[in-house]
Amino acid sequence: MLKIDIERPMLTSEGKKNLQICSEIEDRELLCLFGHSGSGKTTLLRILAGLTTPSKGRIIYNDTVWFDSDKKINLSPQLRNVGYMFQDYALFPNMNVEGNIRFAQKKKDNEAIEELLELFDLTALRKQKPVQLSGGQRQRVALARALAAKPNLLLLDEPLSALDFEMRTALQHEIRKAHSLLNTITILVSHDINEVCALATSVLTIKNGKVLAHGRPKDIFSEGTFQNYSQFLSEMTALSELFLGQ
Amino acid sequence: MDNDFVQTLLLTGKLAGLTTIILLIIGLPLGYWLAYKKFRFKAVVEALISMPLVLPPTVLGFYMLVAYSPQNAIGHFLEDTLNLRLAFSFKGILVASVLFSLPFMVQPLQNGFASIPRSYREASYTLGKSFFTTFTRVLIPNIKPSIITAVAMTFAHCIGEFGVVIMVGGNMPGETRVASIAIYDEVQAMNYDAANKYSFVLFIISMLILTVIYSINGNKKTL
Repeated sequence: MLKIDIERPMLTSEGKKNLQICSEIEDRELLCLFGHSGSGKTTLLRILAGLTTPSKGRIIYNDTVWFDSDKKINLSPQLRNVGYMFQDYALFPNMNVEGNIRFAQKKKDNEAIEELLELFDLTALRKQKPVQLSGGQRQRVALARALAAKPNLLLLDEPLSALDFEMRTALQHEIRKAHSLLNTITILVSHDINEVCALATSVLTIKNGKVLAHGRPKDIFSEGTFQNYSQFLSEMTALSELFLGQ
Repeated sequence: MDNDFVQTLLLTGKLAGLTTIILLIIGLPLGYWLAYKKFRFKAVVEALISMPLVLPPTVLGFYMLVAYSPQNAIGHFLEDTLNLRLAFSFKGILVASVLFSLPFMVQPLQNGFASIPRSYREASYTLGKSFFTTFTRVLIPNIKPSIITAVAMTFAHCIGEFGVVIMVGGNMPGETRVASIAIYDEVQAMNYDAANKYSFVLFIISMLILTVIYSINGNKKTL
């Protein structure tokens, strides 16, 4: 279980806001962070990975304290063992596909590499450099690399945003595969309501840095959670316009 | 080929080679620090490093000569404590050369580091890799063109150094007499053939180094 109770000021296009998240995430959840741009989704992912430090609060993964401002505990990203997939995938250009996956391993394990290459259909591309790959192929390599470290937590920052519709649908399957293989918590950021409904076992909606709702997708995206149906529709229309426009 | 000619060229190569090695060791961490860290007075540090680009070499040479003097605190400390006399010695021109060539090494490295997306470093950290592993296996291999440029520019610049060397080292054969000073000296003595030999060698070396830089960086861009 992952317990989060953090605060951090953030600067958005609409001015200063305070990110204030308090939530508990159960094991094996595939949680989707959903909300407007600038609501604090990526900041939350970075805080969980240890790449950004909250101003106060606590993060506890199972029985390990990752962050506690009162006790001045702040585990480095290296010690948290988190698989983080960046928006730009952050594949190392100097290494080929196999090299990127191998780099992530804590101990050399050729068998595990072969399994990952096969699982994500990368065997034929193993000697290719990232620059020679398509967007979808890069996403698969980034997922395989994140899994190679056998992480406690899988964090995916808008994993499908840079891909076209067909590719997005195909790669949702890869994300589900990665999640079930890891058998732990996966947290992903998405703006696409269809994607959220197709992938997530739970949704955490964030607005202006605060948790708006946390629950199953079908409960969240129902009229009850959003007070009334017209509010839900206006939220979704605003989001669609924002992201379809980009 | 006469001994003086060979000795002068070897000394020039030794000065440029050692300066480049020392500056590469200093320049990699310094370039990293300047590329990624924000701190007060960063602009002052950057300006100080870049000073040799605009400062007349004789100005730096003059101040170094003053600093080396045993009558001053630094020179006194060097001579009394470390038993080092830097004025008019090879070690003295080496220190001056390192300071004078600093921007030629640091600036390309700093630009190289700055061009690497932050996510590469962060990805390496989240994969459990230490700062050292990230630095040596992710950052350095991905700034290879910048390293080649920095090394070649520093070496080429050192080969042609004149003002600082003549101020700090004078013109002592086998100790401080490098090729650029030998050219000046031969011209003063109206030995144009000897001056031409030195000049031709410096011209060829500089041309070769620049051709290598442009061909390597050109190939990298087209990959």
